[in-house]
Amino acid sequence: MFEFLTPHQAILIVVIPLLASPICLIVRHSGIAWLIALVASWISFAIAINLLNQVTTVGPISYLLGNWPAPWGIEYKVDTLSAFVLLFISGISSITLIFARKSVYFEIAEDRIYLFYTMFLLAFAGLLGITITGDAFNLFVFLEISSLSSYVLISLGSSRNALTAAYRYLILGTVGATFYVIGVGLLYQMTGTLNIADLADRMPELSDTKTVLISLGFITVGIGLKLGLFPLHVWLPNAYAYAPSVVTAFLAATATKVAVYVLLRVYFTIFGYQIFNKLVIDELLLVLGLIAVISMSIVAIFQTNIKKLLAYSSVAQVGYMVIGISAVTVTGLTSTILHLFNHALIKGGLFLALAAIFLRIKSVKIDDMAGLGKLMPFTMAAFLMSGLSLIGVPLTVGFISKWYLILATLEKGWWPVAIIVLIGSLLSIVYVWKVIEIAYFRPVPDKSSKIKEAPLSMLIPIWILVTANYYFGIATDYTISSALSAAKELMGVAL
Amino acid sequence: MKHFSVLRVISKLMIPVILLFALYVQFHGDFGPGGGFQAGVIFASAFILYALIFGVHYARKVIPSSATRILLSFGVILYTAVGIAGIIFGGNFLDYNVLGQNNIAGQHIGILLVELGVGITVAATMITVFFVFAGQES
Repeated sequence: MFEFLTPHQAILIVVIPLLASPICLIVRHSGIAWLIALVASWISFAIAINLLNQVTTVGPISYLLGNWPAPWGIEYKVDTLSAFVLLFISGISSITLIFARKSVYFEIAEDRIYLFYTMFLLAFAGLLGITITGDAFNLFVFLEISSLSSYVLISLGSSRNALTAAYRYLILGTVGATFYVIGVGLLYQMTGTLNIADLADRMPELSDTKTVLISLGFITVGIGLKLGLFPLHVWLPNAYAYAPSVVTAFLAATATKVAVYVLLRVYFTIFGYQIFNKLVIDELLLVLGLIAVISMSIVAIFQTNIKKLLAYSSVAQVGYMVIGISAVTVTGLTSTILHLFNHALIKGGLFLALAAIFLRIKSVKIDDMAGLGKLMPFTMAAFLMSGLSLIGVPLTVGFISKWYLILATLEKGWWPVAIIVLIGSLLSIVYVWKVIEIAYFRPVPDKSSKIKEAPLSMLIPIWILVTANYYFGIATDYTISSALSAAKELMGVAL
Repeated sequence: MKHFSVLRVISKLMIPVILLFALYVQFHGDFGPGGGFQAGVIFASAFILYALIFGVHYARKVIPSSATRILLSFGVILYTAVGIAGIIFGGNFLDYNVLGQNNIAGQHIGILLVELGVGITVAATMITVFFVFAGQES
């Protein structure tokens, strides 16, 4: 019955959450809004699975909005990389939304819950739109949709600090978006086109001009702000720490990943990797990535707020992704793309487990977690197992992406880099262990002896993510083959 | 400011003209300068003028927050619905050609409805933003 919709999947994946969002605003009922959001997200997830299958079997899909031909009209384009990113964004969002009902009910005033789901769907639609669009300016529009709604989501946090954190993110995020659009504007001035494929065609003959190089600089800084690249990450820890728990889980698992996707798209599809011969951004990224891995892991060790600890660890993890990009090889990009997916699973699992803990002990301070290993065994076990994946223990997804990253660095002969990556892993053992030690080896304090295990509606989504951490760490074919073919597409190597 | 009779009389005279001009900009947008965004802002300015002269309290009675919220969403839904109508009638998303008897009629209907959606949402947004800031002390 719905066969006629098959050719329109590329637009429907974005339009369904976009349409569901204003409906939530009209409905104004927290339960129904949740249901609408859940259904919309799962439909998008189903479409994303379908799109990835279609892309791997028949090749890239192009969809013309309003049937205007490509360089003039807006084109949506799905290749392996975008299908892969769409898959895990919609997957994480679908799982987080199952979890969200109880958590949101606990953390957000009831008369604002429908607003939460409205904004969540907008942010979700924005992230999907960034990933799927084949138009550099349309990308900016979706970037703004997702950013503006995530500022609102963060400001819904229960403490007053959430407002300052959201405001700070608003200022820096707007600077980032402005820098991106200045970069795109310069490209438009040089080429007269905004279509990504068309830009790519015209770029080789223009890559000597100052304007194009300056545009590359603007876009790097702009997107760097969005992805929390090392010196531009200052908004990130507070935004993650004071946002509602579900929002932290969703944004940590998706928003920075999409920014990395944009970076890959801009560097390798629009400019082409040869641009690094003209402007040494790859070396800059390498240095920043290495500093991020070491310094942010050390900062994470000294945090007492676990949300902040994980936030700093996210900045360090972005460092790994950036190191992968800076190798400018197929293996390097494979490791980055794998880590996008894997880190989404890891941080999704960790932040959701933390949200369940917050529901019960009403705190994310490390000292309040004493004895939780006994009180909330399933939640803490999930935290521990995702933590192992964050460290990169074999059989976990974290191991797979670090393995590929180290392969990539050794391929380039950068053995000091490989050592620093390993030191980063050792440091992550320290901060994960800090939490585990207090939760498992401290006696249960009297005041918290009444704490119960998290409800089943939270445990199931957490354990889906934890299982995925190990499933994709053992059965690696699906993720590695997708990441590898995406990396080959980006490097222009024959498949 | 309602005890200033000049302001009161002039604004009462101006408000219908502003609304009419907004509708002109809205529906003449296909042929001349204008369109939903500009029209929405002009339309909202009539309400803002009313609120400035007669007070936010009375303006809220003219257009309560439940109405602005529904209009806010309705505009977006209308826009998306036109896009989806394109799919249902056998074209692509936002393909106006299939909406009418021939391509030109279809383009007319499509752009008119889409711009109407933009206009409604922009007007409702402007009014909401103004009311939220103006009503802060109360």
